[in-house]
Amino acid sequence: MMNREPEQYTTGEVLAPPTERYTVLGWLKKNLFSTWYYTLLTLVTIYILYIVLKPTLIWAFTQAQWQVVVVNLRLFMVGQYPADQVFRIWIALHLLALTAGLAWAIWLPRSRRTGAFLLLIPLALAALPFISSFSRINWILFAVFALAGWGLGTWKPQAMRRPLLALLLAYFPILILLILGVQPILKIVKTNLWGGLLLTMLLAVVGIAVSFPLGILLALGRKSELPIVKFFSIIYIEFIRGVPLVTVLFMAELMLPLFLPPQIVIDNVIRAMAGIILFEAAYMAENVRGGLQAIPTGQYEAAWALGLNGFQTTFFIILPQALRNVIPVLVNQFISLFKDTTLVAIVGLLDLLGIASAVLAQPEFLGKQREVYVFIALIYWVFSYAMSYASRRLEVALGVGER
Amino acid sequence: MNETSIPFWRDERVLKWVAQIVFLIATLAFLWYLYHNMITALAQRGLLPSFHFLSLTAGFDIGQHLISYSRNSTYGRAFIVGILNTLEVSAVGIVFATILGIIVGVMRLSTNWLINKIASLYIEIIRNVPLLVLLVFWYTGVFLQMPRLKEAKFLPGPTIISNRGIAMPWGKPTATWHTYLYILLIGLILAAIVWWRLTLIGKRTGRTPLVSAWSTLTFLGMAVLGWLALTLFAHQAPLAPDLPYIKGLRTVGGLELTPEFMALFSGLVFYTAAFIAEVVRAGIQSVSKGQIEAARALGLNGFQTLRLVVFPQALRVIVPPMTSQYLNLTKNSSLAVFIGFPDLYSVAGTIHNQTGRAVEVTTLMMAVYLSFSLVTSVFMNWYNKKIRLVER
Amino acid sequence: MSKRIFYVLGVLVVLGMLLAACGNSGQSSNAPQAVKTVIVTVQAKGGSNTPSGYGATLKAVKERGHLICGVNSELPGFGYVDDQGNYKGFDVDYCHALAAAIFGDPSKVEFRPLTAKERFTALQTGEIDVLIRNTTWTLTRDTDLGTNFAATTFYDGQGIMVRKDSGIKKLEDLEGAKICVATGTTTELNLADQMAAHNIDYTPVVYEKADQVYGAYDEGRCDAVTSDRSQLVSRRTTLKNPADNVILDVTLSKEPLGPVVRQGDDQWFDIVNWVVFATFTGEEFGITSKNVDDVKANTKNPNIRKFLGLEGEMGQKLGLSNDWAYNIIKMVGNYAEIYNRNLGPDTPFNLPRGLNSSWKDGGLLYAPPIR
Repeated sequence: MMNREPEQYTTGEVLAPPTERYTVLGWLKKNLFSTWYYTLLTLVTIYILYIVLKPTLIWAFTQAQWQVVVVNLRLFMVGQYPADQVFRIWIALHLLALTAGLAWAIWLPRSRRTGAFLLLIPLALAALPFISSFSRINWILFAVFALAGWGLGTWKPQAMRRPLLALLLAYFPILILLILGVQPILKIVKTNLWGGLLLTMLLAVVGIAVSFPLGILLALGRKSELPIVKFFSIIYIEFIRGVPLVTVLFMAELMLPLFLPPQIVIDNVIRAMAGIILFEAAYMAENVRGGLQAIPTGQYEAAWALGLNGFQTTFFIILPQALRNVIPVLVNQFISLFKDTTLVAIVGLLDLLGIASAVLAQPEFLGKQREVYVFIALIYWVFSYAMSYASRRLEVALGVGER
Repeated sequence: MNETSIPFWRDERVLKWVAQIVFLIATLAFLWYLYHNMITALAQRGLLPSFHFLSLTAGFDIGQHLISYSRNSTYGRAFIVGILNTLEVSAVGIVFATILGIIVGVMRLSTNWLINKIASLYIEIIRNVPLLVLLVFWYTGVFLQMPRLKEAKFLPGPTIISNRGIAMPWGKPTATWHTYLYILLIGLILAAIVWWRLTLIGKRTGRTPLVSAWSTLTFLGMAVLGWLALTLFAHQAPLAPDLPYIKGLRTVGGLELTPEFMALFSGLVFYTAAFIAEVVRAGIQSVSKGQIEAARALGLNGFQTLRLVVFPQALRVIVPPMTSQYLNLTKNSSLAVFIGFPDLYSVAGTIHNQTGRAVEVTTLMMAVYLSFSLVTSVFMNWYNKKIRLVER
Repeated sequence: MSKRIFYVLGVLVVLGMLLAACGNSGQSSNAPQAVKTVIVTVQAKGGSNTPSGYGATLKAVKERGHLICGVNSELPGFGYVDDQGNYKGFDVDYCHALAAAIFGDPSKVEFRPLTAKERFTALQTGEIDVLIRNTTWTLTRDTDLGTNFAATTFYDGQGIMVRKDSGIKKLEDLEGAKICVATGTTTELNLADQMAAHNIDYTPVVYEKADQVYGAYDEGRCDAVTSDRSQLVSRRTTLKNPADNVILDVTLSKEPLGPVVRQGDDQWFDIVNWVVFATFTGEEFGITSKNVDDVKANTKNPNIRKFLGLEGEMGQKLGLSNDWAYNIIKMVGNYAEIYNRNLGPDTPFNLPRGLNSSWKDGGLLYAPPIR
């Protein structure tokens, strides 16, 4: 009774790469109308697309009032970060442009795509009609810095290697110092003023950067021969992986203050960061463990045969190889963390989603839910998609999947 | 014994144990320190840990409850209501996400360009937008935009669609329902016997009969026969049709699906399906082409190839990541709080809010989520092991 | 190229570990001063939990150089963020008034947006000095949560708003209705109590945030929405068709809203109380931010002279400077000014004063004498 329609399961033919060139009609026939049910399927799909897209497009271009986004653009981007201090975020961005430009010239000298990314996107953003002239100038500067980095790198690729490495390493601390401030030189901007996309990004960056070493330690702990260490690592990892992030955030927001001695008060942004770090460390550990498991036993044996002790084996032989394998996975973890930071809106922080709620409470913009949510969904999508695209390229460049 | 010549402070085994004991003591001391701080802080506020509050009257109402609940019920019962709501949406969500995920995964492998591109587009869009944003979109952008109750849409059935949710015809158990349940149980047992016999026959003859098909048929046969028998001889079908209608401010009767449930359900299903689709695609693609060609060479037809060769092997690749997707879905259901669905997290939040008992509520909530995860992984591990045995 | 990457990565690992080590050892690390002071605010108090005990809060606030005020970030009229990123609203102005009284500078406030859920924890743990976030004074909250409620700044009552065309006139008409309500509020409990008392079968639809509550109501998700009347009035103006909605003439409960402080610091409690009373007194005397300098220069009235710090040492008794009340009136305004600025006729809300009038006009605002 179940032997029906064997044609439906033609999995075998799928993988053949197209080698011929078709005329438009031929292509249509081959790809859309090859059999009667494909034709039907195509027509039905086109009809559904028409039904869905038409009202959406009409809404987006004629009915939607995007004023709410334009007026509050700064809030969406940096939250309540003081307007007279926003230049610091720009400096951080320019530094990033310089670094990326250098990296482009030195590591990927032939990649036109990277160049297009670095130059055209900021210029396109600068051309947006509704941004302030300050932002416009800065986007142009961004492109200039990227170009300068590229110029430097092309001019003296060898000499620029060390500065590039130094920049890469120092970037994270510099970023934090720039945004937070250093007492006499830069005014301190407290964490409660961080918001919008800035807060989202910082939560994701800090979450990954700090959970990285913790995750490595946990992964090593889980692979350890010491039963107690192993036991604790497993308990921690499995506990955290078994509960939703939002409960960890709930705990960080409400219970962390109880755990700390009475003299120490941490504000809620740092508490959320702590929650995110504790959560991500467990996932990081599992990713790193995946990398560790891919290392053949021969590597351990060879290291021992050379007379290295356990510590040396782990840190000089095994970890470097394992980490190289997990780079793409880490990028993916960063992307999912970037998306997961929206959860801090539930515990009351003004990240991109939190700012969206705050903006929707402005008397003049009540009831503009769709405009606001479509806008922030677009921001999230652009960033995540760009990052996952980059991660796929990275995977190819590293040749990870090829062994 | 040359080991005695090594002084104990350089003996690796001793050192390892010393290191572990130091680690253990440090960890315990740290935990104790946190605990001590917590108890001191709680004592200052007169909130020493106690689960007594669970038996107090909750005093708030919950919009959706699978078991009876009112403001006079206890906090404990409110908690259980939350757990059941989470389980409900997760269970239904898992089933539908799997179905949609498989469909999209297969679409992704389709040679029809349009279908293929739509599947890729769907996957790329959904995977790169945060679930919370999707949920808010489904809720405020779709289900709250349905017509008001006064202008409600009637679909044949009748199914009433309004921004109060969807009311569908459903069955109402009658007096013979209990008898019918027994009949179903017998059907289940018969199906099991059929399964067992056919498997034996299959082992003896080397030909595999359609085991699952025949057992399903047995069960369905029992179900239909029982239904007919009860209707004819007891003059009452086990389920009477329960049709929804509008009465005053609400719909009455039938199965009522609130917009919150629908939004959470759709959000979770569409989000998870995008991931499941990739899992399914990877699974099917992991079966090497040679396997399929070999199967064809042996004279198996397309369906047999899929059922006997491709699927068992793909399943082995699919099951572990699928497990984590199911777990993710269950855990992600905690985002319900943002769109007003009273799931475990949301109810726990309210309880915390009314009682101020952060520690107890957090502990209970985490314990529940943790046990969900454990049960799911235990089950999936068992299943994983089973299909592995079948394959070899 | 790959070699380079893991070189970088190796150094990153080490750096990360160093950072983690800094994180773990808290204040003992050699992180730059700036990072330390912001990330971990170490209060120079040994032993007791957070600033508590007589005078501790004021001392901590003065040492810090600014006040930390817990507010609502999404309640139009009371606490919200404008498009410049500044906090605005009735409750927010009371934070400014408190800062003006303490520092003579209303801008020395740091705002912490809090959800209904977090607000008491934030106060208990000392994360904020004072909670001014449309918080209802109830016996349970006053006792169980280790908090004290200062003088009420806004007398409110819980109301119910419905659409005119629904034909709902009284509570009993809500039989079978869906009612939108925000979680973490007394509103949720009052609703359950009142409906149980009247034996009305209804379904609550509960949201985390006020914005969601009114959004859902406006979309027709609920037949009614319940909240403080002031909130209903202010939110009604922002619905699609304000005139189509009506607030029923029933009051489900009394809702006195005011600032909240931690128990155990009576001086701080007094300061917050008298800052509120000073705004009432300003209105009673007819002193506004516009005429306060004239009044100060010319007045002969001993009560006003005491109020403005010209005689007596009223401020010092509170641990403040003697021109504390002058600063409040000059920099923030009296009660009527604060009210009108945020909720009055010139705002979209145009909320009648009602109970929130001075006792002279038949309202409930009655400040004890400042003498």
